[in-house]
Amino acid sequence: MQEFLQYLFSGVTNGAIYAVIALGFTMLYKSTGLINFAQGEFVMLGALSMITLWSGFELSLPLAFLLTIAGVSVVGIILERLAIRSVRKPHPIVLIIITIGASILLRGVAMLGWGKDAHSSPAFSRNEPFEVAGATLLPQSLWILGIVLVIVTALHFFTRGTLTGKAMQACAINKRAAWLLGIPSETMVLLAFAMSAGMGAVGGILIAPISMSSYDMGMTLGLKGFCAAMLGGLGSSWGAVLGGLLLGILEALGVGFFSSSLKDGIAFLLLLLILYVRPAGILGARAVHRF
Amino acid sequence: MRNILFAVAILLAGLGISSPYHFQLLTFIGIHTLLALGLNMLMGYAGQISLGHAAFYGIGAYTTAILTAHFNWSPWLALPAALFLAVLIAFLVALPMLKLSGYYLGMGTLGFGMITYVLIREWSGFTGGDSGLVGIPPLEIGPVSLSSGRACFYVVWGTVVLGFIVCERLVNSRVGRALRAIHDSEQAACAMGINTAQLKISVFMLSAFLAALAGFLYAHLVSFISPNTFDFLTSIRIVTMVVIGGMASIWGSLLGATLITLLPEWLHIFSDYEMVVYGLVLMVIMIFLPQGLTRGLLDIYERSKRRAGVPSTTAKG
Repeated sequence: MQEFLQYLFSGVTNGAIYAVIALGFTMLYKSTGLINFAQGEFVMLGALSMITLWSGFELSLPLAFLLTIAGVSVVGIILERLAIRSVRKPHPIVLIIITIGASILLRGVAMLGWGKDAHSSPAFSRNEPFEVAGATLLPQSLWILGIVLVIVTALHFFTRGTLTGKAMQACAINKRAAWLLGIPSETMVLLAFAMSAGMGAVGGILIAPISMSSYDMGMTLGLKGFCAAMLGGLGSSWGAVLGGLLLGILEALGVGFFSSSLKDGIAFLLLLLILYVRPAGILGARAVHRF
Repeated sequence: MRNILFAVAILLAGLGISSPYHFQLLTFIGIHTLLALGLNMLMGYAGQISLGHAAFYGIGAYTTAILTAHFNWSPWLALPAALFLAVLIAFLVALPMLKLSGYYLGMGTLGFGMITYVLIREWSGFTGGDSGLVGIPPLEIGPVSLSSGRACFYVVWGTVVLGFIVCERLVNSRVGRALRAIHDSEQAACAMGINTAQLKISVFMLSAFLAALAGFLYAHLVSFISPNTFDFLTSIRIVTMVVIGGMASIWGSLLGATLITLLPEWLHIFSDYEMVVYGLVLMVIMIFLPQGLTRGLLDIYERSKRRAGVPSTTAKG
């Protein structure tokens, strides 16, 4: 029981991070219908920038946090302006190859900038770990869960309660109709890119203290985030959270009770399974639009 | 006719070249051409993407390596086993996967490539794990061992010519027309009575077959394999070859494979910049020339000629 609880804690912690990455995918998919294969690189950039700004330049925690998110969002905006918007034929294969190219490019740049070594940052606060029913709970896990909760709630109110959020949804439903009603749909797409990149950066910031970060971490994390998004149902924010937590817990249990070398395999097997059995995901009501 | 010329050119090249370095380089170009050819059939003609093609390359290489190095099979017995396994796995993967398309297919194949890579690395009892697998015997025909540079060259390029002939015949047949129909509009193809699902699975299996064949040749010619040869970046490299050479162009595969194999040889400092260059190349070509380098440059050339008022003579070609 105690062992199970321990795995559960680590699963929920990782799962919350997958959930944030999944939210990044969902965010973009909802407003543009695009899957960004470079999403994982935003996570990597977030983690490495945070480590540099916080441990390297010794900025204060909130400042480093905000600067990292802003910086990565700018990268997202640049990607949209320079690469995605100038595409002549927005065929899925073309867009996949472009975002894959962006992902390789960002990875290469990060390798030149940060080197091939892995880095890590200290925990956000230096409190002692808690004991819960015999299992240890790190304060960092509480930080992660808290931040994820804040983000999901804020996102919920943003899409439901603000004019910008509603305009974004309108663009997602029908870009041309939204444009005719005076919504600047191109700005909305840009905003979606910035927010999705920022979400990736948050994922990176959260993961920096609990694991080693290096230039090549993005693809695996991106895939896991996508897996989480698919699991919950692509396009649904709550589905992304559910999928992320589910994936994190399954992974932790798999590692705990079977073998640690299986860890990465679990996510991909789950991904193949969900693509096969129920591409709409757990919370996705409609059948997946298969392009 | 073109194929005969191609075969003659290869024959002459094999006789004319003497440096082992050149033989090695050309052999690798040949292996990469096979990989690009397979993926081009899938991406260019059927319009389906695979971001995990290195997996089939790896399955081909590791199957033959394990059978020959651990179980002392003859390579010629291991060849059908490797090809059969790769095609079987391709069938199993394609079955659920090709119900999907676009982004889902991309992510699915990407995940499949990752799983295969993880399996190769972790299943170290058979595959040697990260340190690789050594002692793969060279190919032999009777008493003649095909381990010299020239022999390898002929084996690989002979296979390439065969692959070209088969694919060319296929593309110009009923199957090829059906494939192009799927590429343009799957619904329309379906309405015309083309069994799109079955055809897509067949092409996926064909491209896995070619990749496994390339893996088989690679394993026996290099005699040492390690997981890193079959990682994600390799899958991307194959995609880059297809994109550069031009999708839906058999000869484009040759061009793409040649360029991507030669680039690092030309630029020795390239190693650290490899990813930056690949990324930029992929993005720039897809943004400006989504048809690929060969077709795209031809288009630009024709457009500029038309603009200059010169009647185009190659409009039909």
